[in-house]
Amino acid sequence: MAKDALLDFDKALEIFEPVIGLEVHIELSTKTKMFSSAPNIFGDDPNTAITPVCLGLPGSLPVVNKEAVRYSISLGLALGCEIAETCRFARKNYFYPDLAKNYQISQYDEPIAFDGELEVELDNGDIITVPIERAHMEEDAGKLTHVGGSTGRIQGAEYSLVDYNRAGVPLVEIVTRPIFGTEHRAGEVARAYVSTIRDIVRALGISEARMERGNLRCDANVSLRLRGAEKLGTRTETKNVNSLRSIERAIRYEIQRQAAILEKGGIITQETRHWHEDTGTTSPGRPKSDADDYRYFPEPDLLPIRTTRETVEELRALLPEPPAAQRRRLKAEWGFTDLDFQAIVNAGLLVEVRETIEAGAQPQAARKWWMGEVSRTANERGVEPSTLVTPEQVADLQSVIDEGIVNDKLAREVLVGLMAGEGSAREIIEARGLAVVSDDTALIAAIDDALLSQPDVLEKIREGKVQAAGAVIGAVMKAMGGKADAARVRELVIERAAAV
Amino acid sequence: MADLIHMSAAELSSALAAREVSSVEVTTAHLAQIDAIDGNLGAFLHVNANALAVAEEVDAARAAGEPLHALAGVPVAVKDVLCTLDMPSTAGSKILEGWIPPYDATPVRKLREARMILLGKTNMDEFAMGSSTEHSAYGITRNPWDGDRIPGGSGGGSAAAVGAYEAPLALGSDTGGSIRQPASVTGTVGVKPTYGGVSRYGAIALASSLDQIGPVSRTVLDSALLHDVIGGYDHHDSTSIPTPWASFTDAARRGAASGSLAGVRVGVIKELDSEGFQPGVRAQFHATLEMLAAHGAEIVEVSAPNFDYAVSAYYLILPAEASSNLAKFDSVRFGLRVTPEGTPTVESVMSATREAGFGDEVKRRIILGTYALSAGYYDAYYGSAQKVRTLIQRDFAAAFDQADVLVSPTAPTTAWKLGEKLDDPLAMWLSDITTIPANLAGIPGMSIPMGLAAEDNLPTGLQIMAPAHADARLYEIGATIEALLDAQRGAPFHTLNPHFSAGGNR
Repeated sequence: MAKDALLDFDKALEIFEPVIGLEVHIELSTKTKMFSSAPNIFGDDPNTAITPVCLGLPGSLPVVNKEAVRYSISLGLALGCEIAETCRFARKNYFYPDLAKNYQISQYDEPIAFDGELEVELDNGDIITVPIERAHMEEDAGKLTHVGGSTGRIQGAEYSLVDYNRAGVPLVEIVTRPIFGTEHRAGEVARAYVSTIRDIVRALGISEARMERGNLRCDANVSLRLRGAEKLGTRTETKNVNSLRSIERAIRYEIQRQAAILEKGGIITQETRHWHEDTGTTSPGRPKSDADDYRYFPEPDLLPIRTTRETVEELRALLPEPPAAQRRRLKAEWGFTDLDFQAIVNAGLLVEVRETIEAGAQPQAARKWWMGEVSRTANERGVEPSTLVTPEQVADLQSVIDEGIVNDKLAREVLVGLMAGEGSAREIIEARGLAVVSDDTALIAAIDDALLSQPDVLEKIREGKVQAAGAVIGAVMKAMGGKADAARVRELVIERAAAV
Repeated sequence: MADLIHMSAAELSSALAAREVSSVEVTTAHLAQIDAIDGNLGAFLHVNANALAVAEEVDAARAAGEPLHALAGVPVAVKDVLCTLDMPSTAGSKILEGWIPPYDATPVRKLREARMILLGKTNMDEFAMGSSTEHSAYGITRNPWDGDRIPGGSGGGSAAAVGAYEAPLALGSDTGGSIRQPASVTGTVGVKPTYGGVSRYGAIALASSLDQIGPVSRTVLDSALLHDVIGGYDHHDSTSIPTPWASFTDAARRGAASGSLAGVRVGVIKELDSEGFQPGVRAQFHATLEMLAAHGAEIVEVSAPNFDYAVSAYYLILPAEASSNLAKFDSVRFGLRVTPEGTPTVESVMSATREAGFGDEVKRRIILGTYALSAGYYDAYYGSAQKVRTLIQRDFAAAFDQADVLVSPTAPTTAWKLGEKLDDPLAMWLSDITTIPANLAGIPGMSIPMGLAAEDNLPTGLQIMAPAHADARLYEIGATIEALLDAQRGAPFHTLNPHFSAGGNR
């Protein structure tokens, strides 16, 4: 594939104004699917979490999942949307083998939620208001695996396998209006927007919202227009953007790619583009035009959904604190500096840190692990920190330090075990033999040896120069293979200096 | 005792309950009739090899004194549009040849729960598209009154099976008249319930907003008995009606016993009493109206001006929904798969499968429906058709202000000759002009035999319609009219069949 020409980002921004639009799909974590009683679970054996409805068997009929409707209303309210008193499902008709009925049950002209806005906070604390056009309910498609061929895509594949476990999983699609004025921060705004939505759905408890699992997916629309122009440019829609970081990169890439074409007098093809995480580039997917004809019509197998004011108010009352307000509160409660707190937010680890603290860890300890070792490892591996350990595991890890079972250094090794899925912190300590030596007898023997082999140091300690103990502590720690509580060793060294 | 196959389901039910006859005997008699005549009649696509075994179980249960449903042990035929666990379910299409569903349609499940004997699956126009059963991928079905004529459609198989004494009861589906029109031309009784009255779960969909499952029989009481079994709310079908229904059997018995129509306002829809209808059909219709008046009915003329647009609207809504409902037949998960030569792609396999698997009438309607839903045409076609639908509902509402039931001939003609309209789809479509309005409005309709047309000695049907949810009124008044007509002719209508005494056709 030929490499795209890219224009320097700053140069691109000088000539063009970027306009972005975002479509976020959220898989709801309901017990069952959108229109059938099949379990809504991730990662089961292919084609086991299915009913005749998921397979679109002749004669099967959809039935709306009431829980999914309530989740969607809650989400709509959290996004500041109006909730439709009556809304309808519609069929979106197109042939594709992952779509069992060859139509998707979605919502078209009557979405459940519309006209909202969401405040998102940027890295420097600036607040941007993103206008939301609508949030509608629909069903997910199945999953295709293309076998043979080099790209893993349908072109060139020998055959393809279809897994319908995901078919019919409830989705909410949130569509923004065009977002103007983001300028150099287009990518950052998009990332902050998706990150805020992720925080909201997690706070609502309506989705796992794990991007790497596809619970939360973002399609990014980007168009450029000449500075001063009124008419919007032709847009592309970039799909397959599976992390917060990629959203930012993909938008930046599209701005540079489109600018290079436009600057040379070329025209942008309206199309979907595929984001490639490994190369950091996009490639053309299928051409898309506004004339794409999905032959939408009201789903005749389902009745319209009526939502009473009482239901809306009931759900509104249950809404969690908005993310911005929550941040202000947490920062105060935890006693973090602005800098420390903002770093956590920017790293997208607020939920993790909060849950770690809720699981019993001290705020500083929770921050230290997530922002330190876990983030470092995640960076090395190119994954999200949340995929490596859970907040409960981090709290567990801190508890074994607090109890003096391991020291900080050993704890890092326990963390390695936790990330490798070797069991609980205590199991790993046991299996890897990491516990500090808490048996004073063994420590005293090692200390006595060290003191006697360094008589000059012993003398200084006896003279009250306690800082000299460091050399002895080092020797003892080495002799114990690092498995000693340094504080206890210090105490004992001073004790023994008087005794030996 | 009368010959078992000529008995009604109600009579068989009594005889079984009184242990005058066993279910094995009843089932054997009907299987023997199928064996004797169906090679020529062509009503069945599949005969249930398990029928006698189930009959034996029912007899054993009865002998053991187990409480049984009134219809336990009574045979019933099932239109092939309904999914059955133990029999192929093809909807008359090659694209589903040999497909055995992993579940029973709700009405079928209810038949089994009542321990009725499923005799087999009956022939139909492919995906219920047609009015003659000639569009079945598996061959024609003949009319029990005249083997050279069509049995109506799409449910010609169920009507012929009941009309030719292969079964006392059958299930049909009615999207634009597919239960009532075959009943009319085969001299049987057929009922399209209120939309939502019987679950559609497991009925292979033609047009979801119009389809309704209903009973086929030789008497009004028998249809009521069967309707009581299959009807009622089903959480698998979001369009099924949650409120409970009164007993249709009680209504039919009440109606048959009354013998009078005093105080009943019978509305004659002006637009469905057309001079374009077959003279013998009109003559029978007017003779019937006179008889009703003679027994106390108040005959009122009502107008439904928007019925003129009903067929046009129907042939936009139906193909639009069907084009989407039939998209699932793509070879990926079930049914026929045709792999073209060369290097096939998923698109080319889907395309070749649909090309080979669908018949002409199905393709015609898929193309029409796809067009009607296309961007830029939606408002003019599908949108306008939905508006007509609303207007027709208003026409009915106004008519029911003036009348308790509405009547018309069920079909404009008697059974036509096989092949006669096969090359003229439009003529075929127009034969549904009388039945389509009830589907568009979701109201219940019934067809009962009213007499023979003078010019061809073939059955004609009286259509009776009631407001939505008033199915019981249909059964009550239908049973009264049936009793009056039977009394007038001195015998049940089906005994007029020239093949009656011979036990069947051919």
